[in-house]
This record gives sequence, C-alpha cells and structure tokens, in this order.
Amino acid sequence: MRSEAKLGLILLLTPLLLWLSLLIFIPHVDMFLVSLRERVGVGEYKISLANYLTFINEPLYLHTFLRTAVMSILATMITLLIAFPVSYYIAKIARGRTQSALFLLCLVPFWVSELVRTFGWMILLRETGLISNLLQFLGLADGPVEMLYNDAAIMVGLVYTSMLFMVVPLVTTLESLPDEVIEAGYDLGGNGLSVLREIVIPHAAPGIVSGCIVVFMLSLGNYLTPTMLGGKDSLWFTELIYSQFIVRFNWELGAAFGFLLLGLSSLIVWGMLKLTGQSLEKTMG
Amino acid sequence: MNFRNSLAVSTLALSVAIVGLPANAETLRLLTWGGYAPEDVVAKFEAETGHKVEVTKSNNEEMIAKLRATGGGGFDLAQPSQDRIAGPQEEFGIYKPVDMSKIDTSLFIPSMLEATKGNTMLGSDVYGVPHVWGTSGLVVDTAKAAMVKDYTDLCSEELTGKVSYRLKRPTLIGFAFAMGLDPFAAYGDEAAYTDVMAQVEAKLTECKPVVKTYWGGGDELMGLLRSGEVVASMAWDTGGWKLNADNPDITFVAPASGALGWVDTFALPAKGKADEAAYAWINFVMQPEVAAMITAAAGNFTASQGADEFAADDLKARYQASFPQEAIDNIKWYPPVPAGLEAIEGGVLDRVKAAN
Amino acid sequence: MYPDLECMNLTRRFGDTVAVDDVSFTVPAGSFFSILGPSGCGKTTIMRMIAGFLEPSSGDIHIRGRSVIDTPPNKRPVNMVFQHLALFPMMNIADNIGYGLRRAGVSKPEIEKKVEEALDRIGLPGIGARKVGELSGGQKQRVAIARCMVLEPEVLLLDEPLGALDLKLRERMKVELKALQAAFDTTFVYITHDQSEALVMSDRIAVMNEGRFEQVGSGQDLYYRPDTAFVAGFVGDANRWSGRIERVSGDEMEMRTDSGILMRGATHGRALSAGDRADVFVRPEAIRIAHSTEELAHFDNRITGKVESILFNGAASRILVQDSAGSGEIEVNLPQSGEFSGLSRGSEVQIGWSGAQGNCFAAEGS
Repeated sequence: MRSEAKLGLILLLTPLLLWLSLLIFIPHVDMFLVSLRERVGVGEYKISLANYLTFINEPLYLHTFLRTAVMSILATMITLLIAFPVSYYIAKIARGRTQSALFLLCLVPFWVSELVRTFGWMILLRETGLISNLLQFLGLADGPVEMLYNDAAIMVGLVYTSMLFMVVPLVTTLESLPDEVIEAGYDLGGNGLSVLREIVIPHAAPGIVSGCIVVFMLSLGNYLTPTMLGGKDSLWFTELIYSQFIVRFNWELGAAFGFLLLGLSSLIVWGMLKLTGQSLEKTMG
Repeated sequence: MNFRNSLAVSTLALSVAIVGLPANAETLRLLTWGGYAPEDVVAKFEAETGHKVEVTKSNNEEMIAKLRATGGGGFDLAQPSQDRIAGPQEEFGIYKPVDMSKIDTSLFIPSMLEATKGNTMLGSDVYGVPHVWGTSGLVVDTAKAAMVKDYTDLCSEELTGKVSYRLKRPTLIGFAFAMGLDPFAAYGDEAAYTDVMAQVEAKLTECKPVVKTYWGGGDELMGLLRSGEVVASMAWDTGGWKLNADNPDITFVAPASGALGWVDTFALPAKGKADEAAYAWINFVMQPEVAAMITAAAGNFTASQGADEFAADDLKARYQASFPQEAIDNIKWYPPVPAGLEAIEGGVLDRVKAAN
Repeated sequence: MYPDLECMNLTRRFGDTVAVDDVSFTVPAGSFFSILGPSGCGKTTIMRMIAGFLEPSSGDIHIRGRSVIDTPPNKRPVNMVFQHLALFPMMNIADNIGYGLRRAGVSKPEIEKKVEEALDRIGLPGIGARKVGELSGGQKQRVAIARCMVLEPEVLLLDEPLGALDLKLRERMKVELKALQAAFDTTFVYITHDQSEALVMSDRIAVMNEGRFEQVGSGQDLYYRPDTAFVAGFVGDANRWSGRIERVSGDEMEMRTDSGILMRGATHGRALSAGDRADVFVRPEAIRIAHSTEELAHFDNRITGKVESILFNGAASRILVQDSAGSGEIEVNLPQSGEFSGLSRGSEVQIGWSGAQGNCFAAEGS
C-alpha cells in the first residue's frame, strides 16, 4: 500500500521534474559549460576562464555591469516611493468600487505588450511628441524639448513597467493591517509620520521586500526599455549579452555575462533580505 | 500486403486524389527578410507547385544565430547577405552547397551570379546564389541639410541633435571609406584592420555629441525622418525612396565615397529537409514577372535578368535620380567577411556606445 | 469641579441617516459609564467622536470642561481600547505599552520604569520581552488596557473589548475590569450590546436606541424602573402583553389583552388613559408559581396554565407556561427551593403576580 502511494507520488512529480530539468536545469548547465570555452581557432575550443577574465579586464563591461545594477536599484527605490502611497490609498482609504477601479487602472497598461507600452512613452517624450508640444503651447518652452534618449527616460520606462509588481504585494500586505491598529497608533499619541514608521512600514515589510525583489529583477533583466528609450547612451548589461550572442557570434562571452548577471542579481537579493532581516520564505510565502 | 497496409495506402491515395497535390509536395520553411516573400508571390507559388511556404522574417545576425543554435536545422532556405556566408560556414558549418544543376541560371544577371558564386565559395563548393541587391548610404532632407554629401558630414556641428545612424558594421565601413581608408583591403590582415577600426572609433567618438540617437530598426528611423527630428541619417536606399514618395525633399543620396552595395542570397541550411521546394522557390521567384512583384514589395531590385521591364516607373525614376552612372560605378560591394572580424568591430562598437 | 466628560447635543449624520441624534450626557470623574444598545444604534459612532476619529455634525464634547472638538485624536486626553484590542503585532509587549510614552517624548529609563509598573499593575510582571502572539486572550486584554493607562488619560474608552473572548473568560474579565478601573481610578466609558456586562460593571448606564438615549441611570434604575418600553424589553428579560386600557385609577390600571385576558398593572406616573393601546411588561422572577389558586389569592393577576417546557439552568431555571386561553407562552422563574423540581411537561400550574409588577407603557405608534 505504501509503496503504491510512493509510486503514485513519483508519477505525479515526474512531469514537474522533467519540466524543471529540461527547461531550467539542463540549459543552465549547458550555458555554464559554454561560458568556460575559449575559442582558439576556427572551430577549435579549449576549457579556460578566459571569458570571465575578459569581463574583469575590460573596464567597459565592468562599468556597464555596475551601471545596470545601480540604475536598477534606483528604479526599484523610485518605484517603491511612488507605489507606496498609491497602494496605501487603494488598500486603506479607497472603498468599494473606487478601490477596484483604481486597482484595475494599475493593471490596464499590462493588457498591451511591453513593446507597445515603450512606444507609448516614445510618443510622449520625443521632440515632436505630446509633452514637448504641450510645453510649447503653454509657453513653458521656446522650442521643441527632447526628453527621450537619456537616463531619465530609461528610469521613467522602468518605473512604469514595474509599478504593478510593486503595487500588488503592497496592497495585499497593507490590506491585512486592521484599520484599528492604525487608529490605535494615532489614539496613543502618534502622528502620521510615526504611525507610518513604527506601524505601517514594519507591517508591510514583507510586501515591500518581495515587491522590491521582483521589481529589481525585472529592471535588471529588462532589454527593451533601456535600448529603446535610452538612445545613444543606453548601456545596459542585457544589451551586451544580446550583442555578444547575436551580433558578435561570441556565445562563450555571452554565456559568461549571463552567469555574471545571475550571480549579481542573486547577491543583491540576498543582501536586501539580510539588510531588512526578512527571509525568502517569509516574503514569498 | 495485409489488410491494414492496403487500407493505409488507399487512404493516402484517396487524400492525394482529393487534394490534388503532386506526390512530392513539401513544406518550405523560409528564413528571410521582410518584403522578400510577399503574400501574393507565396500564394502564386503554392498554387503552381503545390508546395507550402512558411515565412519567418529576420536579419543577417539573427539568421546566423538561429541556424547556429540548431546546427543548420529548422529552415529549408535562408537569405543571408553574400558577405556573411563564407565566414560563418567555415566556423559553424550551417549551410550545404548549392547544386547549380538544379538552378535555372538563365534567369540570373550573369555578372551578379558569378560575383556571388565567387564570394560564397568554400573550396570548390558554392554556398549562395544572388537574389535581392541594394545599397546603403545617406537619407537626407535636402531642404534642411543639403551639405551632407558623405558619411563624415554627419559629424557637422550645425546638425547637432539632428542626425542618426546605426551602431552596426555598415557604419564602421562607411565612415572608413569616407575618411579615405580602405577597410575591404584590410580584411585579410587583422592588424591593419584593427588600425583602420581604431581610426574610425576615434572619429565616431568625436561625432557622438552630434548624434541624436543610434537607430535600431527601420520603423524607428522612418519615424525620426518623417517627423523632421532627424534631417540626415545613414540608411538603406529603399528607406529614402519610400520617404521621397511622401516628402519630395527627403531622398536617398549616394555618398561621395561610394554607397555600400549588398546582395542578399539564397543559401541552403545544412539540415534543411525540403531541398526540392527550395530549388523550386529559387527558380520561381527569379522569373522576371515574379521578381518585379518582389521589387514592388521590398523596394529593391533583384538579380533577375529582365525584371527591370516589369518594375514600376516611379521606382525606376527614383533609382536613376539617386544613382547616376558614376555613382553606380562607385558602389563598394561587400567582400566576404573573414571569421573573427566581428570581434574587432564589436569592441569598437561597444566603446563608442560607452563613450561620453 | 467639572465632570470628566460632557457631551452636548451631539449629532452625527451619514448622508440622510442620523446615526446619533442630539445626545447629551455627563460622566462624573472616576465613574464607570456604559452605553448599552443593540448593534447599529449609534453607540460606536459616539465613541469614535469622543476619541476624535469622527467629527460630529453638530454639538460639542468637553473633557474636564474644555472643548476638544478641534483637537486631533493624537492630542486628546482620551484613549481607547479597541474591539479587537489592536495591539501592535510588530512590537513586543514592553514596546506596545511604551509606544504612547515614546510618542510623548518621555525619557528611556522613565519609560522602562513606567512599563514595568504597568505590567505589575495588571498582574503580568516580566512579560515585556514576549511577542503579542504568545499571550492568551485575557492577557492581551490587560495589556491593551495597560497600554492606554500608562498615558494617564482623563477618560478611557472601551469599545466592546470583551466581545472576542469566550464565555468563561468574559465572566472573569468583567470582574477584573471593574477592579482595574478602581485601581487606576480613571473614568471609563464602556460600550456594549451585552446587558450583563453593562449591569455588572457600570456605575451608570445609558440605554441607546436608534441614535438616541432612551434612559440613563444605575443598573437598578434600568432594571426595576424602566422609563420606556424599549428599556423594559432590552434590559433583562420580560413577558410582554399588548392590549387596550379599560380603566385607570391613580397608579393602577386594567388592560384587556388582545387574547382577551384582563390584566392589572401600574402606570408608574406615565400619562395613560382608558382606550389607549398599551404594553405591559412583567419580569419572569416577579411571577409566583403554585399548585393551587388559594396560594395566589393575594395577587391581582392569576392565570392557570400548562407547562410547555422546562428550561433547566441551575439557579436560573425557568418554565414556559401556556395559559388556558392560549394567548402565548409566559416565562416564569422556578423558585430555588426546588419545591417544583417535580414538574413535567403538561403539568397544570397556577401562576400569579401583583399588579405593581406589571409595568405599563403606551404602545409604540399609538
């Protein structure tokens, strides 16, 4: 009887394990092996760490790597700063229909693809775009204003793309905070700031951390937004990986870059969890 | 033969009879550029030969990456540029030789066929035959930036924030020619090529403040030119001619140092399964009437002998305006890219992008 | 000397509905004041207005003689124990109790001292480092009160804080709350829908219905001398008959019930006259039970009936009697002597009560 149950469990798990190993585990191992190859001639390879050394020795790659990380962290922080009041309003102040309508508004942009959303921003921000024309119409600018093709435009795109992924966990955790507890905070002499600091934020911490992890990963791994909105200065690490794989035919270096990115994101997420005293189980559960 | 087998055979025979397909009908998986396999041509081909066509649109780099990932499988016919065949073939072995006996060579312009065969040869095997050709050069709004005559004019300070080009290898080559260098002559010598590229890198870095953005896709470039945000750009000839139809001021200009000529070919992926259909497609689209249909869709001329007669008059007029005889003679045709050059160019492109 | 809390003509509207309708009351210093009423009667609205979470539509609230209408909740000398206690789960017990003191800018050692004193006061010394989730319901209750009391508020508001506890604990906490109130010597304003909580703990009780106070008085007042039919029906149990008044003389009256029984009752000075429709309320413990009519000769209301069912509940056992006229069930307390313990379903019994126990009110809507 017991062995039958065991067999049943194995049979049930098989598709999942196959899926995990075929689509995630094996490609990663393969990619790792590719990253350890060095091209020594036409069609000839040997095993070495040359690709990782290239990364360390070429300041451009290191610089792009760090720039991507810093910009992603910044985008995460800005997203948090904007999403927190929005989520607080949705979870605690809006009621009934307004609440669901506001939540839906956050969702609407995700009904179209990322490409279309990014094009939308390009239409708004470009020199002959809506905002530029509006500023001229209002007399706030003398000539066309170019707002595209810079780091601020990248930031706008990243924050916009990530907003929902911050709002959802925040709304969920904030909704689980009883109104009574907030009122008690005021009743016992707290003002808005201290209630926020001592009660609301500690309560929402798991949501904040999980939202930050998701947004950070999305920003770090984003390709479209930085390339399209960033123009001539859009240095982004995923772009480097793409060009190594597709334009340069240099899969070996591309694979090494991929693993470095994986390592970086894991490291920063780990650091974020340690810093806030949260655990992965607590934030993702 | 037992009952079951005979049933299967009769079912097969019946279905063939009903559909009316020739017994050797195949599905042709075509990896090509946008415009090279317009729907009317595909429909005509399917009706005449019974083969089915599945079209995947792509570009040079992605074509090579896709075929490399599968070792030359997944497609039956690809259309890389002629200069990008020999190198990747030597390195990755993703194509198989073209059987010239199965191709109706009388349909091709002889000089083009010979040149392409020569450029795509490895040992005694030929890996490509020509299809569509065209050039890249400058698209200029002549009302606002008439002084742009060559690639290096894109660095003029008075055009700051009004010019654009791709950060890709054609830009490097074009700038090298405009600077009086000969990158094609340096192809075989890695040190000399590195030197040429170092000079181009210095120039592009110096030009960077003038550039509005490095464009990535054709649609993006068209938007920039049409809105007037950009008045001069490196681009393909067809892009300039398309814009010319809407705005007579904008047109394609062959640069003083010479437009860069490219030829897109037909090449057979190593693990292609429908060779029959592939050869049928090549011989079909090279017929003058069909080639003219492709010219109408893609905007570029083909290597088909006699197709010019069927081409639209306005397109011919634009072509003649952009290419007087001396400009045609001055076209720099890409020679095959030796394996490994991409790494040198890649470093240059990365550093230009990162420069401030 | 001003009363601790005084509400004047307090009114609060939500759209078209009037949740609190012109309510005025005063709570003397150091007393335990309860507002008792069914859910939806407006008692929570009053409490939230006193705490400052809601603004009155009109009227004024004074604490120690000063109006607090314009004072925000965090500045009012009033604290509140919430229905679900609202302890801060992200803090330990000591931080919970010290929260208000930290906000008031008290020095650290001072806070520690006061928190320890408060924990001693509520009989839970040394639990400061524990987490909120580790405490039992009763302990949390006491911590919630201590958290308010360290701030030494003029008035402590309690919003049905016993509602979430189980019955046994609730009985114990009633006694404990009263003791805590005496120990802290602070004014408590307590709202509840549970009459027994109000009756056991309060010095004075206000019975509230549909936004108004029906009656304010001691527990005894409400129980024995209800002013209105609502209070008579809501506070304690009562048998109720409706009918038409046939005769009034002085304080005595006679009413013919709708089922045809002639009943004697007392008007307690209320203006009633013959012909009015009225309700008579009689408490189960006011009704005597006997085997024969002679034993009840001195009562002016006597009914013969059959035992419908026996509700045994120890000292509070009752029977339901179906009268011979078939006009409904009458609840009657069984004497604790046990002399009627032999009664069974269907037995014939005699019941009777004096007319003075029949409290008579004009019927609503007449």
